[in-house]
Amino acid sequence: MQRIIGKMREKAKELLEAGTVDAVLGWKKGDFAYDPTPAFFYSTDELDMLAYDGFCGSNLSKYLVEYGKEKGKVLVFLKPCDTYSLNQLVSEHRVDRENVYVVGVGCDGMLDVQKLRDKGIAGIEEIEEAGEDLRIHTLYGLKTCPRDEALLKKCQSCKGKEHKLFDDRIGAEESRDIANEDRFAEVAELEKMSPEERFAFWRAALSSCIRCNACREACPVCSCHTCIFDNARSGVDAKANASEFEENLFHIIRAFHVAGRCSDCGECSRVCPQAIPLHLLNRKMIKDIQSFYGAFQAGDSADQCSPLLSYSPDDIEPDAFDRWKGVM
Amino acid sequence: MLKLPVSQMEELFASIASEQSLYLPLETNGLIAFSRWEEGKQARFDQLHCAGSVKDFFFPQTENLALFKTSGKEIHIEENRDPEEAFVVFGVRACDAGSLSILDRVFYDEPADTFYQTRRRQGLIITVACNAPEETCFCHTFGLDAADPGGDVAVWLLEDMLYWDSRTEKGHALTERLRGLFEEAGDQGEETVRKGKADIGKIIDRLPLRDLSLERFAGDGMMEKFDAPQWESLQEACLGCGTCTFVCPTCHCYDIRDFDTGHGIRRFRCWDSCMFSDFTLMAHGNPRPSRLARFRQRFMHKLAYYPENHEGLYACVGCGRCITKCPVSMNITKVIKTLGVDQHA
Repeated sequence: MQRIIGKMREKAKELLEAGTVDAVLGWKKGDFAYDPTPAFFYSTDELDMLAYDGFCGSNLSKYLVEYGKEKGKVLVFLKPCDTYSLNQLVSEHRVDRENVYVVGVGCDGMLDVQKLRDKGIAGIEEIEEAGEDLRIHTLYGLKTCPRDEALLKKCQSCKGKEHKLFDDRIGAEESRDIANEDRFAEVAELEKMSPEERFAFWRAALSSCIRCNACREACPVCSCHTCIFDNARSGVDAKANASEFEENLFHIIRAFHVAGRCSDCGECSRVCPQAIPLHLLNRKMIKDIQSFYGAFQAGDSADQCSPLLSYSPDDIEPDAFDRWKGVM
Repeated sequence: MLKLPVSQMEELFASIASEQSLYLPLETNGLIAFSRWEEGKQARFDQLHCAGSVKDFFFPQTENLALFKTSGKEIHIEENRDPEEAFVVFGVRACDAGSLSILDRVFYDEPADTFYQTRRRQGLIITVACNAPEETCFCHTFGLDAADPGGDVAVWLLEDMLYWDSRTEKGHALTERLRGLFEEAGDQGEETVRKGKADIGKIIDRLPLRDLSLERFAGDGMMEKFDAPQWESLQEACLGCGTCTFVCPTCHCYDIRDFDTGHGIRRFRCWDSCMFSDFTLMAHGNPRPSRLARFRQRFMHKLAYYPENHEGLYACVGCGRCITKCPVSMNITKVIKTLGVDQHA
């Protein structure tokens, strides 16, 4: 998607010069082929550092919770899936819609450099997108990899090319089609397991957790001012795990807390330094909400109300769980 | 120097493991991490860095310190150390091996930390030279040599042969115990290793971070760096998670906490992170109330405060884990580059 960077810079320049926005939130060129950093740009002469390539996987919506209040009106570049998160934050009054100028940008599906490393590609110097393939120049020669095999996990089940919230769009019609995996397939596999097997699966997966809190900090809907796990007076604050079961509780509680609000943006799994498939906890919640309350996608619009926050006489009764267990 | 065909490495592992716990880079839950080796488990030297660093063996994320029990009006305090074990970590890279001398200065400082001390006494490090340094490597910036990685025993894996060179008393003792497995490397072996080292040196000369310079950090000017205007833009992307501090082989801050077991108090210590909002939280509040202050703390500690207290030694070994693991790709090399130039921009 580097092909639209010129238009993105033009748009940012235009709005900064016109005084429509006070700052631009995008990605800044990194030092390597794969490490752009989310960044604010305040003047037009900084814009040559604005970047947009296959490694802009980070969801910029979360930054608006804190900075939306401080920086005046912010132009933010959002990929289609990121707009669900912003919608959710707007609906929760965590971001003031009036303070944000959303430029929806097209997306070809974002890449995960770790997947290249896992294929044994080391010493990466430059990554060229060549149609369906990536040409990777390394210290150890030229390597190639099909682009689809290096997609971020979250992009393997893309929510589509539609921006759910925008003031303007760039390159939206050029977004690339991605072969879409059923996002609930892995959840269905877990559901097929016996409770003991499933328990063992999660115990093993979560045993890698180092309590860095990256999942929480990156999560657009983990927007509590002070998390209960950071609150010394809560009685459950913990920097590390006092008992080996504690990290499991942290993730399970977090999944429940974001249930009905999680748009499945996939940031939790993207940022996890320990490769824990955290998104599966959230997808299980989403799948259950859908099966109990019908189709629902958090962040679809800023006006909708989550089924967990609304009441209808037709709502599922508490005994449904026991009946549901019966059919498992 | 001794040698052993790579095809017989399994035997070497088994011999070590017969008397000491052996930890090797193994694939565990989709990660390559130092894990306890058992027969049949495949060691993975193909990926340079393990997810966690070797620090975890000497300064674990959580460790028990004491138990408090009450009976009547008396409180009994018992020492509650985790069990000791003699162990060998095999496959440590030059950067991680280098991190231990940085940690030693902190934990051996009087009064020495006996928990750390015990683990250092019990642990033996076998390093492996890095045949294929990564683009994120910058250990050379800190005077470490990926081609000659140190430790108690240094190992080179070259041309289907493992070359073994013990460097310390502990290393010699292990070598003595395993002597029957090895052959003398001889002149030809020495030559192979010499050539292997030269090849690694050539790659290091081509690394993108080859010229990363700490010149601007040496000497005085600590307050100038502390007050640098660039911290503002550097910290904007930071999420305030603790990933960089927890994957870092040299970060060593910890907290001591009490856990109510229901029938007493278990006092433990755990890693802490200067990135966290409750880091050094005390009765009056937090001395670093903003993320800028917390972000700056981490890098000033590594590049200014630690060297100030330790004869100019920087508290970074250039392993590059923070480069690969930071969720927003902000890291120490970006800080060094930004603060190293245009101080008053």
